[in-house]
Amino acid sequence: MVPVSYYLVISGILFAIGAAGVMIRRNALVVFMSVELMLNAGNLAFVAFARMHNTYSGQLFVFFVMTVAAAEVAVGLALIVAIFRTKNSINVDQMNSLKG
Amino acid sequence: MPMTMDLFVFLVLALIAIASAVGMLASRNGIYAAMFLVLNFLTVAIFYLLLGAPFIALAQVTVYAGAIMVLFLFVIMLLGAEKLPPTTTLPYQRYAAYVLGGLLLVEFGYWVWRGALTGVILPPPSEYNSMAGIQGMSKLLFSKYLLPFEVTSILLLVAMIGAIVLTIKQKGGRG
Repeated sequence: MVPVSYYLVISGILFAIGAAGVMIRRNALVVFMSVELMLNAGNLAFVAFARMHNTYSGQLFVFFVMTVAAAEVAVGLALIVAIFRTKNSINVDQMNSLKG
Repeated sequence: MPMTMDLFVFLVLALIAIASAVGMLASRNGIYAAMFLVLNFLTVAIFYLLLGAPFIALAQVTVYAGAIMVLFLFVIMLLGAEKLPPTTTLPYQRYAAYVLGGLLLVEFGYWVWRGALTGVILPPPSEYNSMAGIQGMSKLLFSKYLLPFEVTSILLLVAMIGAIVLTIKQKGGRG
């Protein structure tokens, strides 16, 4: 069997790549995708720990995280569409004023 | 550790997961980034199967790789702005991001390396990754975690209303 620490290493690498993506990319959609990647990395660590302790609570927490991610994506993409309508751009560098 | 079949599958999947994540990060085209992310979600779903969580694995495929990514692709194609010119207002930001991301990784690796987290996975109890496992999970969901489950439904309702309100077009005004 594969040790838990291997899964945690993969989870950490994916999280670091997602964090770097949020900082590097200027496309708001890709920034959102990086946030999804980070949520996924957290979920992987949750499931690995749930397996280690032989409990279902970790899996159920992943289930709730997925619901929150779905809600977040729906509202976030709606925000991006609204911003694109007013600014004609989804470059996060140009989203520097609260008033449209 | 001998090279077992499990370890081999794990290493191949890990390679695909990291490569697709880096590909998402590096691709200029938004649609390619979304496709790389779908690949990454699928490999993570197989990780869940290896960890004995079949329900979460299938939920991952349907919710993440299915619903969320279709939403992403729809918005990318709707906006038609998948390609941005590589302009930036902070020229040093890219290097700062590499350094900070690397620092995060080193910090994480330090904690794993220190041996605080080297528990070896035990072989599963017979019911853990079978139908009985899903039954046990749903029993827990509808007894101990009933309140979070109900709150989740309110959250989804609020998100739906929020998405509609944000994108609705008002007459004569900006939406």
